[in-house]
Amino acid sequence: MSVLVWIEHIEGKPAASSLEVLGQARAIADGLQVPLYALVLGTDTGAETDSVAANVANYAPDAVLTLTSPELATYRLGVYAEALKAAIAAQDATVILTAATTQGRDVCAAAAFDLDAGLAPDVVDLRVEDGQFIAVRAIYSNNILADITFSGPRSFASVRPRAFPMPSPADNAAPITPLAFELPADVVTETVLESRVVGGGEISLTDARIIISGGRGVAHDPVRGFTLVEELAKTLDAAVGASRAAVDAGYVPYKHQVGQTGKTVRPDLYIAAGISGAIQHLAGMSGSKIIVAINQDASAPIFERAHYGIVGDLYEILPALTAAAAKRLG
Amino acid sequence: MKIAVLIKQTPDTAELPKVSAEAVSTHNVQATMVINPWDEFAAEEAIQLAERFNAETVAISLGPAEALDGLKHALAMGVDAATLIDSGADPNAIDLSAAAKILAAAVQAEGDVDLVITGKQSVDGNSSAAQVGIARKLGVPLVTNVVKVVDIADGSATVERLADGIQETVQVALPAVLSVGKEINEPRYPNFMGIRRASRAQIPTRELDELGLGDLAPLTQWANIRKPESRRTQVQMIEGSSPADKAEKLVDALLAEKVI
Ligand SMILES: Cc1cc2nc3c(=O)[nH]c(=O)nc-3n(C[C@H](O)[C@H](O)[C@H](O)COP(=O)(O)OP(=O)(O)OC[C@H]3O[C@@H](n4cnc5c(N)ncnc54)[C@H](O)[C@@H]3O)c2cc1C
Ligand SMILES: Nc1ncnc2c1ncn2[C@@H]1O[C@H](COP(=O)(O)O)[C@@H](O)[C@H]1O
Repeated sequence: MSVLVWIEHIEGKPAASSLEVLGQARAIADGLQVPLYALVLGTDTGAETDSVAANVANYAPDAVLTLTSPELATYRLGVYAEALKAAIAAQDATVILTAATTQGRDVCAAAAFDLDAGLAPDVVDLRVEDGQFIAVRAIYSNNILADITFSGPRSFASVRPRAFPMPSPADNAAPITPLAFELPADVVTETVLESRVVGGGEISLTDARIIISGGRGVAHDPVRGFTLVEELAKTLDAAVGASRAAVDAGYVPYKHQVGQTGKTVRPDLYIAAGISGAIQHLAGMSGSKIIVAINQDASAPIFERAHYGIVGDLYEILPALTAAAAKRLG
Repeated sequence: MKIAVLIKQTPDTAELPKVSAEAVSTHNVQATMVINPWDEFAAEEAIQLAERFNAETVAISLGPAEALDGLKHALAMGVDAATLIDSGADPNAIDLSAAAKILAAAVQAEGDVDLVITGKQSVDGNSSAAQVGIARKLGVPLVTNVVKVVDIADGSATVERLADGIQETVQVALPAVLSVGKEINEPRYPNFMGIRRASRAQIPTRELDELGLGDLAPLTQWANIRKPESRRTQVQMIEGSSPADKAEKLVDALLAEKVI
């Protein structure tokens, strides 16, 4: 029996969301009194897999497992699911965790379905109670929580980014153990013809600690409005979000949309400028630690969910905030 | 070619906050039910692909009798046919694993389906898992978050997907499962002719035991179903003589909260 965490990596570094899961997995493994393994998948050429594994070794797993193959050079669900299953079999993993990125959700679910095991997708909490592993799901678009328990020998969960804090690295490093991997001949998978990173350099909404969002309130001069949002975001190292009204009006691309049919985010700080606070917007951001609303209408519903509010014109308040933040943060 | 599109009937998103823990526990959610918003994109794509590649389309839903309305919406949009799989007396007994097995069998029961299209996620279950489960149970490839179907030819589909900040062009052999993202199309509103056709359509219902399924025992149990803790709702309004004054007070408050 063991706890196994799949660690995704980007540009030679482990993904923050995967390390968050690994941090909490330590507590789960201790609670179940079983070892904790971190799994790094990658190509067998170049040093990327090794340097990621060396980095992950400092985050308190009992060992880092590396599984390499030319087949794992680019992400393909069909192949990555086989690799995860190979590691599960090798270590007799009984609790299998991934970050709830799209890849993490898909790979976790595929392995769970193949092994006829219970699955809890996109969980917001994990714990051990009376020797039993429990995962907490948010359903009905974050309006209902439920404790999930599992029957059968294996439990699978993908964990929502920022559900747990980023752990700090330790001085001592866990051993790194390479595992053999042979892709089964009959595996059905996709062929990747072309792949490119989009929006490189931007902070992703789901990983962001701070998000500044703009809404239809910028309609008077959308270009200037979103420039002001971006300037504040830059000063605070924040990601840019938007309401659906702003996206539908073409002020910013869909990938910035927060809410029911956009992204679910849970930053430490969410600043909503010119956003009224419709239920479908709240569904995506009400898990934020501190919510600030800037709106010229004192009766806007967003103020009922906010911790701090400023009634005012966003064209005046946003630049004043950028200036005040720049002054105080140096 | 035959395309199956999976349609779930879900509560109107405006009513989700009113859903109570008790209603979820007893499976008695009283809400206005509509077609899952993400599944409108799936239905629209099925219709467009049918026109582009000369295919027939069928919508499949697993749910209670009320789920017929979601199927009718798909028919009114222009999907050719529909089948309801009756979820039976105790829908609580159907977990993700059982749902995947049932939906996979329902697809198989339609005959030679080349392409299965699903939405990205249901607004009540929020699992984004049905597409994965169906593909694995059918033993066919899956591409999630598809934003464009480039071509379907010679027994394979070429599609673009967008996920985790990466845009890919991917090829899969048919049959295959695709889940579609919001960027893929603009779902049409049903027109009068479509609504009339849908209201007259006979939608066959299949019982679970007609699908010849084996063990459907749930692999997960749900307990302690509850509302999230209601957060501090009292907002602190920042007053000040000028925008600069308000901004400075807010920045001080955020520094004290240790969030910047
Ligand atoms: C199925 C479904 C899914 C949906 N999904 C989403 C989703 O994912 N995300 C989402 O956001 N919405 C979603 N919506 C839409 C949602 O219901 C609202 O229509 C939308 O959130 C409104 O956006 P808004 O707050 O920017 O615009 P509005 O509601 O128009 O609000 C604009 C606000 O700006 C304020 N304002 C105007 N000028 C200024 C100024 N100069 N300075 C300061 N304030 C100003 C106004 O007082 C007002 O409160 C969905 C709806 C449905 C039916
Ligand atoms: N009961 C169901 N009946 C038909 N399709 C479903 C059902 N549940 C899920 N789906 C499909 O699978 C997608 C993902 O749903 P979910 O896994 O519940 O988030 C949905 O967008 C639907 O296309």
